[in-house]
Amino acid sequence: MNFEFTEEQLLIRQAAKDYAERELLQDVLERDAKAEFPARHIKNLAELGFMGMMVDPKYDGSGMDTVSYVLAMEELSKIDASTSVIISVNNSLVCYGLCKFGTEQQKEKYLKPLARGEHIGAFLLSEPEAGSDAMHQHTKAEDKGDHYLLNGTKNWITSANSASTYIVMAQTYPEKGYRGINAFLVEKNSPGITLGPHEDKMGMRSSDTHSVMFSDVKVPKENRIGEDGFGYKFAMKALEAGRIGIAAQALGIASGAFDRALAYSKERKAFGTEISNHQAIAFKLADMAVKIENARNLCLKAAWLKDNDKPFALASAMAKLYSADMAMEVTTEAVQIHGGYGYVKEYHVERLMREAKLTQIYEGTSEVQKIVVSRSLLRD
Amino acid sequence: MKILVLISNVPDTTTKIRFVDDNKAFDTGGVQWIINPWDELALTRAVELKEAGEVEKITVANVGRSITEPTLRKALAVGADDAIRIDAEPKDAFYVASQLAQIAKDYDVIMVGIEASDYNGAAVGGMLAELINFNSVSSVSGMNIENGQLALTREIDGGQQKISIETPVVTIVQKGIAIDPRIPAMRGIMMARKKPLTVAPAIEAEERTAYVSFELPPSKAACTIVEEDNVKELVRLLQEEAKAL
Repeated sequence: MNFEFTEEQLLIRQAAKDYAERELLQDVLERDAKAEFPARHIKNLAELGFMGMMVDPKYDGSGMDTVSYVLAMEELSKIDASTSVIISVNNSLVCYGLCKFGTEQQKEKYLKPLARGEHIGAFLLSEPEAGSDAMHQHTKAEDKGDHYLLNGTKNWITSANSASTYIVMAQTYPEKGYRGINAFLVEKNSPGITLGPHEDKMGMRSSDTHSVMFSDVKVPKENRIGEDGFGYKFAMKALEAGRIGIAAQALGIASGAFDRALAYSKERKAFGTEISNHQAIAFKLADMAVKIENARNLCLKAAWLKDNDKPFALASAMAKLYSADMAMEVTTEAVQIHGGYGYVKEYHVERLMREAKLTQIYEGTSEVQKIVVSRSLLRD
Repeated sequence: MKILVLISNVPDTTTKIRFVDDNKAFDTGGVQWIINPWDELALTRAVELKEAGEVEKITVANVGRSITEPTLRKALAVGADDAIRIDAEPKDAFYVASQLAQIAKDYDVIMVGIEASDYNGAAVGGMLAELINFNSVSSVSGMNIENGQLALTREIDGGQQKISIETPVVTIVQKGIAIDPRIPAMRGIMMARKKPLTVAPAIEAEERTAYVSFELPPSKAACTIVEEDNVKELVRLLQEEAKAL
């Protein structure tokens, strides 16, 4: 076993850390307060290669491995998870899905600008009545010969407004159940697409989340991804990879909160000494550090399996389940260590706690991860 | 125009400093190494000038053992074209300048940070210029190339000085030469692996310094807060404890 990172992996981690500390930190509180999209940062991070990290350079990506991606996601999320979720959706759902299952033509037309970060991608699976129950898609994709006609509503779509490329899951053959679902590449400016209002979220406030309505939206036949009826499987495969990104994001949120709590505990005095000298606080820090390290190992293991073409669905579900729940616990403790200061915005930890909550919900709730993990155990 | 940027491999600025060997040597255990921040700014400016089409080639060089190669590799990722590592322990400023003198003559402009953030000797640039008989300009905070001519800005007391100078020249650069150090893009990181990193043997050179011992500065005293209406106590503390009055 080798726990050493390569020189390239270390350079990428450092680049992500430098950008996060130098740039994201400057306006993260303001963007959170105003729910403002980090357009400038996404442009800069795209130039550095973060939007298509794992895409083959022949499709304008950076050609990095998933381990590097985990390291970068952790560093960016320590400071700003709103920005990192835009990166995660673009990389591990949209670009990964296209790399793996897109046609050459789809890769040329859609993957390249996504990997360069000139276009942002969004993944449209959830519906008002189909979140965890993703098999029951109500959005319809009627086969009209040379094109499909899309009708329906998608919910909770990350980057819905800023994205230009959508991957939309919709039902073509209701009688076939989930085997009748297809996945389509849809351009956001297609006639018939309207956006719901900007969702006023608890956390991740500077990523833009909307519902998206489709009314007789024409999608060319060649924009279907994979065989007819491959859509559900496509979505599940993309989510397997996506979970590594969100697991690493949760890890970053937790380690960002931990860094702040550790530093604060060495400065803040109570009862005549720094609070880190009180066992009540020192033991909290020890528990937090062990949990973070556990999550990091799970994330890196899932990434390593994916990089080595080994099955990673179970590992990525475990990583996401553990990291998200752990992030919620660790950020709550970080607020506790800060006392009253933790409850005000200036100290960042309340924001990290709000951000942690979403990692237990999106890209498969913690409960869904338990279904994935338990089914995998019981199948054998 | 060919630029040589000298790169010092220094401990990360947040490193906890400890000494070993009877306080005669710095404890390198667990240290994360970085490019000296002033050298990193110099490299950033060199890359900007190359991107503007004014520079044909950027070489980076250091004096150090193989442990310093990741630092050079980062410089390649940022945008240098090749790297030279002179394989020796960097003993003191004169030793380092003597080693670099072997390779520095081939360049039009040599950029070196005004000091390195480890020992802060601020001596290598001047010594190197003297050893290779190049002109040198210190405290350079701006560099442009206009019609093949080097235009430099120097920080002087109360203002700035603009200089036009013939090459070859050693420029000793400080803050301001670039706004922020360049973060390497992933494409640069991938390309760095393929760029040449040459290891050159060290030459015999004199070591002119021996360290007697190092001492850490006294730790910061705790902050005392005086109530706003208690001026008497403030005056007493300033007189008796701080001895400032």
